[in-house]
Amino acid sequence: MTGAEVLLQVLADLGVEVIFGYPGGAVLPIYDAIFQQGKIRHILTRHEQAAVHAAEAYARSTGKIGVALVTSGPGATNTVTGLVDALMDSIPIVCISGQVFSNLIGNDAFQEADTVGITRAATKFNYLVKEKEKLADKIREAFYIAGSGRPGPVLVDIPKDLQLAQIPYSKKETKIHPSYKPVTEPSHQAIKDAVKAMKKAKRPIFYTGGGIINSGPHASEGLRELVKISGFPCTSTLMGLGAYPASDKQFLGMLGMHGTYEANLATHGCDVLIALGARFDDRVTGSVKDFSPNALKIHADIDPSQINKIILVDIPIIGDVARTIELMIEEWDKQPISVDQDALKEWWDQIEQWRGVDCLKYQQDMQAGEVIKPQHAIRRLSELVRAKGKEAYISTEVGQHQMWTAQYFPFESPNHFMTSGGLGTMGYGLPAAVGIQIAHPDALVIDIAGEASTMMNIQELATIKQYRLPLKVFILNNRYMGMVRQWQELIHGGRYSESYSESLPDFVKLAESFGIKGMRARTIDELDIMVNAMLDEPGPVVMEIQVEREENCFPMIPAGAPHNQILLGPVKEKTKIAS
Amino acid sequence: MDYIDKKILQNSAQQEKDEFIKAVFSLIVENESGVLSRVIGLFAGRGYNIESLTVAPVDDCGRKSRINILTSGTPMVINQIKEQLNKQIPVYQVVNLCQQGPYVARELALIKVVSKGSERAEALNLADAFRAQVVDASVDSLVFELTGKTEKIDAFVDLLRPLGLVELSRTGIAAIGRGCQTI
Ligand SMILES: Cc1ncc(C[n+]2csc(CCOP(=O)(O)OP(=O)(O)O)c2C)c(N)n1
Repeated sequence: MTGAEVLLQVLADLGVEVIFGYPGGAVLPIYDAIFQQGKIRHILTRHEQAAVHAAEAYARSTGKIGVALVTSGPGATNTVTGLVDALMDSIPIVCISGQVFSNLIGNDAFQEADTVGITRAATKFNYLVKEKEKLADKIREAFYIAGSGRPGPVLVDIPKDLQLAQIPYSKKETKIHPSYKPVTEPSHQAIKDAVKAMKKAKRPIFYTGGGIINSGPHASEGLRELVKISGFPCTSTLMGLGAYPASDKQFLGMLGMHGTYEANLATHGCDVLIALGARFDDRVTGSVKDFSPNALKIHADIDPSQINKIILVDIPIIGDVARTIELMIEEWDKQPISVDQDALKEWWDQIEQWRGVDCLKYQQDMQAGEVIKPQHAIRRLSELVRAKGKEAYISTEVGQHQMWTAQYFPFESPNHFMTSGGLGTMGYGLPAAVGIQIAHPDALVIDIAGEASTMMNIQELATIKQYRLPLKVFILNNRYMGMVRQWQELIHGGRYSESYSESLPDFVKLAESFGIKGMRARTIDELDIMVNAMLDEPGPVVMEIQVEREENCFPMIPAGAPHNQILLGPVKEKTKIAS
Repeated sequence: MDYIDKKILQNSAQQEKDEFIKAVFSLIVENESGVLSRVIGLFAGRGYNIESLTVAPVDDCGRKSRINILTSGTPMVINQIKEQLNKQIPVYQVVNLCQQGPYVARELALIKVVSKGSERAEALNLADAFRAQVVDASVDSLVFELTGKTEKIDAFVDLLRPLGLVELSRTGIAAIGRGCQTI
């Protein structure tokens, strides 16, 4: 077999069904092999960055490993944003890049780039395959590394001569890096200490993150049970939304910069904080020194380097969070202590008071001809989806619309919300929607977008057309880079430097030029009609919702401020409760 | 707080400590291309500081190398460095020798002196006192080799500066724990 054939055989052995990619000189042998086989489907995106985002979202919505394939030089450098995005959000993907012939490496050959050097800090691990005998094992190992421990992107760079070389194929595998041994089983003593502290708590809170989703459906199920048996409140990071059902009474909504009032004040005022698969990102903590200042902190994470990185914790638990939760549930009944129910009730009373502030309230004028509030557009979208008895997979771009989605679109199950959390990559949502729809051909997939972000990977409309992906692009057009404008308004004296979305295309005509249905809602009376029309359309739709241009996203904790300095926005500031 | 035994709470008490401490990391790594870049890139990318670094294969078949890194930072940063190094796929083991117990650290220096007459004689006298070897000599120049603790080399170098020191090459430290303990 040729190296290219061996590669595809190994991918098939590993259960790969789909590759997202873009061809070029240094991967032509692989594309030739793809052409001649029937097991693996190739999806042609229109940009390598999009291939990586699609692979990421494929991974996030299925729990499998996403695969991208790109050529050398510009193909590989175009993947960097996607790789870092996957690294920051711990998404398991394998990116295969072609490299120039081995004997040309180092000669500044045509389309040569030091891909391994460039992507070293962008991946969990990467390598150039030098020996053809090791090709199969390196691919297998790449999958193992991407998917185990704390998941992440792995890049394998394969010179063209290896793709062409004759290589015997063997199913037998040898481990290449015996040094890599991720810990998955948590310390039972740490679990005991943690549960003991939890049962003695008077004002506890669960703070859960993307680790729960990464750990698989079992972790989300466990979390639901643990929250139920404890009776404690639960908040989540952006990455963790869906792990605990948003509609449940014990859920306080998202915490952090644009989190809810109740989630932030409860995190600030708790006495025991149970962090599960979350990493104390600065968008969550605000001022580190004032973060949850009086709490005993329990931190469960699979990556030891996350422990004590930002916040010093009292009880670290290193291991797979699904297993941690399982052990906590077992331990719960074994501990002879019983939870102080009076204290817990008092804590809930306090939380209900905070909740009573109704921090996500907005004012929408319902008269015909009135301007649509972006928050309302998202809320109605979620309600109309539910009215049709559907559960949508949602991706977003980055900006205000992303935060409003986190606030106003309730997620009931894991793996349904794909958003660029750690890196905040504009241009993520459209290719992500492609990846989701490929993984779930019959599901309702919606990219909730801003007009500026949409422009960053707009070429993917062609991919959507080519594969007849029935996904919906739901653009909240405020004619501003809204989140930038918001910061400029609040922090830079209203000087809107370069944040106006100048020279926008006509999105309806743009969609039509790609052969996709375009729709538009301008005023509140058109909103429900158009959203329903979009949902009823069997094919893809680009929907432009013209929204209030200078709406701000609240609540907001200014960067670096403590949680109790949360801003509620003009409408609600008066109703704030002293804390 | 009586939630849990006192010992667990030591972390919170540490929160305020932010003075710099020294650390000597010894790493056992897979001897493959790119490992050193990974380690150095990690320091550069995360803003940690490398004071000295040595690396060479240490097992009989050349599959594993040992890297010694001298660095400093707050206790929290030192802990982060250790965990970040540990996280690298080709890294087998990371030990902070300063934390592990007593250790020996030595470095080697090659020092070139160009001088004549009494200065040259004085340099040779000092070399004698420091037990430095003369490894190269010409009419006008000498190259000394000195092995020892960093401070000893610093002292020798300082004394040679006014005596015609023109060039210096130092290895950075190689370090190992004392006693039977191994990494
Ligand atoms: C690739 C990239 N460049 C720049 C930014 C900085 N940025 C964050 S939000 C934002 C504006 C996004 O505007 P839009 O997509 O219209 O969404 P809105 O905030 O208006 O909802 C910008 C420029 C980013 N996150 N990603």
